[in-house]
Amino acid sequence: MAAAKAVLSIWGLSLACLLGFPMPVLPASGDSTGQPNLQTLHAYSEEELAQLRSLSLASLPPLPQDPTNAHADDPRARALGKLFFFDPGFSANGEVSCATCHQPATRFTDLLPLAKGMGINTRRTMPLIGVAYNAWFFWDGRRDTLWSQAIVPIENAQEHGFTRTMCAHRISDRYRKEYEAVFDKMPAINHTHCPPHASPGVGNAAALAAWKAMQPADRDKVNLIYANFGKAIAAFVRHILPQPASFDRYVEAVHTKDLARADTLISREAVAGLRLFIGRAKCTNCHLGPLFTNGGFHNVGLPNAPDQGRAQGIDDVLNDEFNCIGKYSDAKSEQCTELRFIDTNRQKYGGAFKPPTLRNVAERPPYMHVGQFKTLDEVLFFYRQSSSNEIEHQQLTETELQQIKAFLGTLSGPISYPR
Amino acid sequence: MGHPCPSCPGGMTTAAEKPIDVPQKPTDASGYAKTMTSKEGKFKVAYTSEPEAMPIGQIISWKLKVQTADGKPVTDAAITVDGDMPEHGHGLPTAPRVTENIGDGTYLVSGIKFSMPGWWIMTFTVKSGDKTDSITFNLQLK
Repeated sequence: MAAAKAVLSIWGLSLACLLGFPMPVLPASGDSTGQPNLQTLHAYSEEELAQLRSLSLASLPPLPQDPTNAHADDPRARALGKLFFFDPGFSANGEVSCATCHQPATRFTDLLPLAKGMGINTRRTMPLIGVAYNAWFFWDGRRDTLWSQAIVPIENAQEHGFTRTMCAHRISDRYRKEYEAVFDKMPAINHTHCPPHASPGVGNAAALAAWKAMQPADRDKVNLIYANFGKAIAAFVRHILPQPASFDRYVEAVHTKDLARADTLISREAVAGLRLFIGRAKCTNCHLGPLFTNGGFHNVGLPNAPDQGRAQGIDDVLNDEFNCIGKYSDAKSEQCTELRFIDTNRQKYGGAFKPPTLRNVAERPPYMHVGQFKTLDEVLFFYRQSSSNEIEHQQLTETELQQIKAFLGTLSGPISYPR
Repeated sequence: MGHPCPSCPGGMTTAAEKPIDVPQKPTDASGYAKTMTSKEGKFKVAYTSEPEAMPIGQIISWKLKVQTADGKPVTDAAITVDGDMPEHGHGLPTAPRVTENIGDGTYLVSGIKFSMPGWWIMTFTVKSGDKTDSITFNLQLK
């Protein structure tokens, strides 16, 4: 980072030399053609510049370590996790993989209001861009590790419709060698000790009865394989990362005072939207940092939302056998700071959901946790009329809403993932 | 925390329903001091943050040094923690608490996370023997 900053400074200095001093005196608000000049258009206070930098991908810290997953940075786990991610064999009908909803071609989402696997789910598919930086997973934060998140859809009847014992069988049959190269030696998986349709989930009575009939030691073996399955997927998914978008290049150009270049990178309408976003519209109250989210949970007053959101997610994560302090986590309990200091005020979090990243937001409609809004126009209109202490977007005009929308369009860049 | 507002999303507060003794934003730098006297003058409390810069969105810890009004360390304090953004009607995204009595009147407060920039208040209620008092620190985070 220090080296990168040094290069930027030198670049800034040489640019100043090239331009020569004194700088030509320009009219304050425009030239003779009535066009606003670049210095005015792209002028920011020191505080605003710091804010722009904080939103830029250049401020994204290195991929955080995951103490709960000892295999998070093992390339073999990543390769295996990629195979798992795209394998529809981990579903009851042999047609649903993680990539059914998290499609690489559409920014790892499915563009549907409600996720569609074996059936129709109750919420929208979440974006996976930069997901490794999250403290909480799912819209309601009902999981606290990426690997424990990855295994939940497997046993959901509307998603993969699978069971963890079926997972163990499939890994034993198809991936034993790859699995053992990453994790420990895999125990023998047979139908006597590991019935193929057994799960502690409450959705399937027969599978639950089969699970209860298993020996505790056998259940533990299956849980370990199931956790490792999630850890391999997480090792892959944590590398789904945003790459610089025109906004990031704009911030760099403004930072290095290359205003002529800055002016070509994003539209003037988007610049006006950016000023609103970090200023009067107060979008950065929740959408902050290079991933444009505070990672918290907020009830923004969405219509038709009987869903309890985070209020339910609190209990779910505390009771999850695969959470950070659980026996299948590789972390020491003192490393589980988010879970240890979880805010359990359920009243405060009724109907609250996580603001997802705004990276690539313009490319992946619809919006909100059940796809309430088809377009960004609808989202912005909703936020303008919604008012509470937490949301105060002031009196924005139609033009200003369009400017913010134009700015949001500058957050779309390539997404990288292990090929 | 403000009054609950049933009609507000998530039970947030409204400006109209704020109680009379709503926290006042400091008008000068002294209001943001890291050493303060408690509300009724019973204790003197100082904090240091680890890390000192208090980055947004990261779990940090504070060390609280609690003294009596005449400067003697308070080694048996029971302390509760509450953080709030008075202008936004919401508190911290975490539930911090004292995790260690380090000794000599110093206490480790763990699990503090500030979710956004702006004016925050951190209120500690200190109980020692038959004395109870509260203290509020103001913070302006960037």
